Amino acid sequence: MKQWVKRKDRIAAFLSWRVILMLILTASLVLLLGARKNFGWQQYVQLTLDGLRGGTIYALIALGFVTIYNITGVINFAQGAFAMLGALLAITIDDWALLAAWPPAARLFVASLVAIVLTMLVGILIERLTIAPARDAEPLTHIIITVGVYIVIQGIALIIWGTQPYTLPAFTTLAQRDVTIRLGGLIIKGQSFWIWGTTLVSMVLLYWFFEHTMLGRALRACAVNRTAARLMGISPSRMSLFAFALAAALGALGGIVLAPATRPTYDMGLSLGLKGFVAAVMGGMTNPGAAVVGGLLLGSIENIGAGVTRAGFKDIFSFIILIWILLFRPSGLFGRPHTVEKV
Amino acid sequence: MAQPILDIQAITTCYGAIEALHEVSLHVETGEIVALIGANGAGKSTLLNSISGLNPPRQGRIVFDGRDVTHLPPEEKVRLGVSHVPEHRQLFSTMTVWENLMLGAYHRYRKTPKHQLDADLQRVFRLFPRLEERISQLAGTLSGGEQQMLAIGRALMAQPRLLLLDEPSLGLAPLLVKELFQVIASLRDQDVTIVLVEQNARVALDIADRAYVLETGRIVLEGMAATLRTDPRIRAAYLGGHMPETSKQT
Ligand SMILES: Nc1ncnc2c1ncn2[C@@H]1O[C@H](COP(=O)(O)OP(=O)(O)OP(=O)(O)O)[C@@H](O)[C@H]1O
Ligand SMILES: [Mg+2]
Repeated sequence: MKQWVKRKDRIAAFLSWRVILMLILTASLVLLLGARKNFGWQQYVQLTLDGLRGGTIYALIALGFVTIYNITGVINFAQGAFAMLGALLAITIDDWALLAAWPPAARLFVASLVAIVLTMLVGILIERLTIAPARDAEPLTHIIITVGVYIVIQGIALIIWGTQPYTLPAFTTLAQRDVTIRLGGLIIKGQSFWIWGTTLVSMVLLYWFFEHTMLGRALRACAVNRTAARLMGISPSRMSLFAFALAAALGALGGIVLAPATRPTYDMGLSLGLKGFVAAVMGGMTNPGAAVVGGLLLGSIENIGAGVTRAGFKDIFSFIILIWILLFRPSGLFGRPHTVEKV
Repeated sequence: MAQPILDIQAITTCYGAIEALHEVSLHVETGEIVALIGANGAGKSTLLNSISGLNPPRQGRIVFDGRDVTHLPPEEKVRLGVSHVPEHRQLFSTMTVWENLMLGAYHRYRKTPKHQLDADLQRVFRLFPRLEERISQLAGTLSGGEQQMLAIGRALMAQPRLLLLDEPSLGLAPLLVKELFQVIASLRDQDVTIVLVEQNARVALDIADRAYVLETGRIVLEGMAATLRTDPRIRAAYLGGHMPETSKQT
């Protein structure tokens, strides 16, 4: 009951008249711009669906941000690098001459798995080498460290993979050309289903892990009350390591399933990381569920925005949203306005 | 006499440049209840934090069960059998009563068979039946008294040999305080050694075997609880005509 009242309050706060006015204004602007291109509802649904594909990946990356932030208090701007490493490592392993004789499906599966494990190792290394030694530093120091780490990883990736884009076969056809499914007038790529499916499964697993395993509970305990967690024998330093490994795995998974739908490059982590961050901020930084919603919203909004204006404008929208949230809703879309929730 | 379970040798503990404890020495024998009493800011919580490892001493030595544990972090001390119920309870407020209790057993979760954990859980429920009724309630929504029971129950799930209790009576109704202290006294009979920090010196001295009095970071008096109860200095300072304050600001 109490919970319910609180939720109602929050929805009420979320839908304050100012927000409603903004939504109406934005929607009319979108429709106006869309009308100039003769957009019908089908175009909007199509744009949303395409946007949800990227949005799902933002959600995965945002979950990485939230996990690390909750458990260690660090905002890990190297998060996008995990997606890039996942994608490019999977491609490299998949192309590996030694595996050429394997059936393509097995090769792809093993390549993805190994890429995830390797990225997790990178996450663990980052934590041990750069975060653990600066455990008690200021938040700003942590931000500078993780941005630095991102730049280093991207630099190494540039040396290894160069500037050219790579390709990974689509999961359904195991070839460059993906199947397309037509539903009414809508077109959905086969890979989109892989992206949604994998993300859904990993979110269910993640939920199960945090709610129903002792290690998951220990991680949550560490986020809720670090002092008490230590007194129970939970080592914050171990939990921090787990958080980085988990976030790296999520990022790598996102990069891999996204790879066939885009053309991965050494610098793809920059925009993915930023958008994952915006999604996490939209969700209030500490709430995994809200971060997922943030990711999906961001993906659809930017794609509709780009659709009614022009494709080159796509990245602008996440910055507009970021600035708007930081100014008016620092505790996220679903948090109380003007207050920052802190664990 | 047998070796004490806890032997503190001249520890000095600081917050930055401020010395909160100055060359404090004390010992606790196996199976004892030792009370620490003293005014606000005397350093009682700091002393417990030093023992559990949350705030390790700058100088001096802490020996637990014959082993030097001065600089062991709390997450390892709990494995040796030191459980600390800190000031303000420090529950996992957004987690359920059951989860809080199970996290209490975290350090032995993997080594302990499930039926053993269930048996331990039942033991806690026998001490605090109210926790069983509220097993799936979020800890943060419990009443103050229930939260205190949960904090102690959670520490017991660790199967401590030494239990450090920081002001368990804080914010509880007098009747509940009496009940709680009966439970604490009963723990001694189950082979748990207890160090009890209390503002409420009267009830503490009632169940303690021995007591130490702290004043501005130093031990100024020690003795058998029965003797201290009648000591004129204690009567004047801590047992005066009125009940000592049981609520305070931090
Ligand atoms: N985190 C801290 N930083 C600086 N000084 C502190 C800190 N914690 C405690 N102190 C100081 O150390 C001294 C001892 O504090 P402590 O909490 O141990 O007192 P206490 O005996 O437990 O008091 P109370 O009965 O009020 O709980 C006090 O002067 C307090 O101001
Ligand atoms: Mg205190």
